[in-house]
Amino acid sequence: MADDHDLLREARWSQLMAAAQDGDRASYETLLRETVPLVRAIASRWHRSPDSAEDVVQDVLLTLHRVRHTYDPSRPFTHWIATLARRRAIDALRRRGRTDRFESFDERAYETFADPATNRDLMARETGAALKQAMSALTEGQRQAIELLKLNELSLAEATKVTGKSVGALKVNVHRAMKALKARMGGD
Amino acid sequence: MPESTDRLIERLAATAEPVRRLRPPLVRAMLWLLGVACAGALAIPAFGDFGLLARRLHDSMFVLELFGTAVTGVSAVIAAFQMSLHDRSLAWQWLPLPALFLWLAGSTTGCYREWIAVGTKGWEFGESAGCLMMIVAFSLPLGTSLLYMILRARPLFPGRVAAMGGLGVAAFAAFLLDFNHKIDASFLDLGWHAAAVCIVVATCWLAARGRRKSKTGA
Repeated sequence: MADDHDLLREARWSQLMAAAQDGDRASYETLLRETVPLVRAIASRWHRSPDSAEDVVQDVLLTLHRVRHTYDPSRPFTHWIATLARRRAIDALRRRGRTDRFESFDERAYETFADPATNRDLMARETGAALKQAMSALTEGQRQAIELLKLNELSLAEATKVTGKSVGALKVNVHRAMKALKARMGGD
Repeated sequence: MPESTDRLIERLAATAEPVRRLRPPLVRAMLWLLGVACAGALAIPAFGDFGLLARRLHDSMFVLELFGTAVTGVSAVIAAFQMSLHDRSLAWQWLPLPALFLWLAGSTTGCYREWIAVGTKGWEFGESAGCLMMIVAFSLPLGTSLLYMILRARPLFPGRVAAMGGLGVAAFAAFLLDFNHKIDASFLDLGWHAAAVCIVVATCWLAARGRRKSKTGA
């Protein structure tokens, strides 16, 4: 029963292709739509990603269109299209292999290499976490001096009013805090 | 079905013009070989030395080489036409191998005998460069016409198919050369012959790949 179905399909596809070669566009469209599942099944055997498989399907359709004058209606169409699909699928694999050999895959390649703005954001996030950790290791006075003078950018006069400490004491705290932070974060 | 594939089918169907079917590859190969036979029949009397050829035909190794060269040409051309169609077996590429072996065996034996006979003179430049030029010159019109016919099939691997055709063309050129080759080839001659065959094969390969790149931008 399955054999009969295959034979009927084979005869139908050969007739459709012969008609397509003679310029019958409706037959051609019908044929392409009917063969796509077969082509997709073959492509999926070689390409697990649905997107890659679909690329191969479209490549096969374009190739079929280009070489349709080479089909001999006395020969089985299924073999003709299946061979074409298999060879294009393998060719796509080879092309991908060549591409992979020269290109590195990095999930964060976009963030880390391509977009400078994103690079800055990422680095800021990473540096911020390290700074937070280094700040927690400072004494209370040093941390307060850094927060007011460096992070909040107050003047020495304003900082003395807030803390009640002398200008000299704040300068000493800032100097020691900066030295400790550089040492912790590997700066010069 | 993803929309893009659906749209692609619509676009392809909408632009499908009637096409002229290619003849079967064996028929096309025979047509080309017939053309070469006709051209050879016209050209050989112009440059061939039949007296010399008749004398050399008494030598069984020369006959073997001549036979191997001709059969290499015929089988490589048939293989190239078959390979140009994507649904034919890639095993066709092995078809010229036995004849190629005969060609090489005949040439190498001739070289060896020449070396025994003339010693180190066999390594001197004689007409070797002329042989190379002749093979390349013969190959030019043959190769151009063959590539034109083979590439009409838009093979998936044009370089490979054209290289096979190039082997056939170079073999025919070497076959024609035998009609005016006075002596057994020296080792240097053989090297020049091999270089000429490689040049023809590589040129065909590059021409086919270059043509595909110019058409597809691939």
